[in-house]
Amino acid sequence: MPVPSPADLSSGPGRILVAVYGVFAVAATGRSLVQLGVDAGKAPLAYTLSLLAAVVYLAATTCLLLGGIRAWRAAVLACSVEAVGVVLVGTLSYVATDLFPDKTVWSHFGQGYGFLPLLLPFAGLAWLRHTSPRARG
Amino acid sequence: MNDWVLGLALALTAAAAVWTIVMIVRDQSPPSDPYFALLGVLALVLLASAVGGCVALAATERDVEGITFVAYLWTAVLVLPVGAALALIERTRWGTGVLLVALVTVAACEIRLQSIWGAGA
Repeated sequence: MPVPSPADLSSGPGRILVAVYGVFAVAATGRSLVQLGVDAGKAPLAYTLSLLAAVVYLAATTCLLLGGIRAWRAAVLACSVEAVGVVLVGTLSYVATDLFPDKTVWSHFGQGYGFLPLLLPFAGLAWLRHTSPRARG
Repeated sequence: MNDWVLGLALALTAAAAVWTIVMIVRDQSPPSDPYFALLGVLALVLLASAVGGCVALAATERDVEGITFVAYLWTAVLVLPVGAALALIERTRWGTGVLLVALVTVAACEIRLQSIWGAGA
């Protein structure tokens, strides 16, 4: 197997990440569009966060597929936003329940999705670290 | 919504998932033809349940979340071909792993469909 590099983020283990990110991109986009389309006023904060999650997942999927240094950097940003988002929203959904009349993808640390949203950004960051331009020297 | 079709789809998904795990453990990539035949049968069952689900939704008196329901029906149909294509491009264990991701997604869709339909009762 060739040494992984930023040029090729979607081969080997990267394929699994692309697949999972792809599924979450579709799931989060679908969820946020339905939520915003059906009754946007019911839980504006939750629905906006759903949309943010969708954008982040779409960005991460695209970056992994594109490959290259710039996509690698953007992917690091996307995964970091995602990590902060899921931890922050996950915590808030437990301590400030009144803020969330309806759920987002990240509510309760992604409980509705088998807690995968909590795992995914860290798996993504680990893969990006593995393919880091600096790690190759 | 036909419980029998959904049950068959779930059983086939579970069988394919077990087979996929065996292939990953044994490092057999790309998957064999009989495996793809099983995926083909599953795809046809999913297609039938998607069509049947849409018909059932149109006919039902239940208060089902229509958009979400239809989205899950067709996501389940589309996930498998995409996963299979990726598995054939990446002819390693990781490519076969993508199929497992696809099958878990299908199972998640099926379970979700059941609960959405049930909630409308």
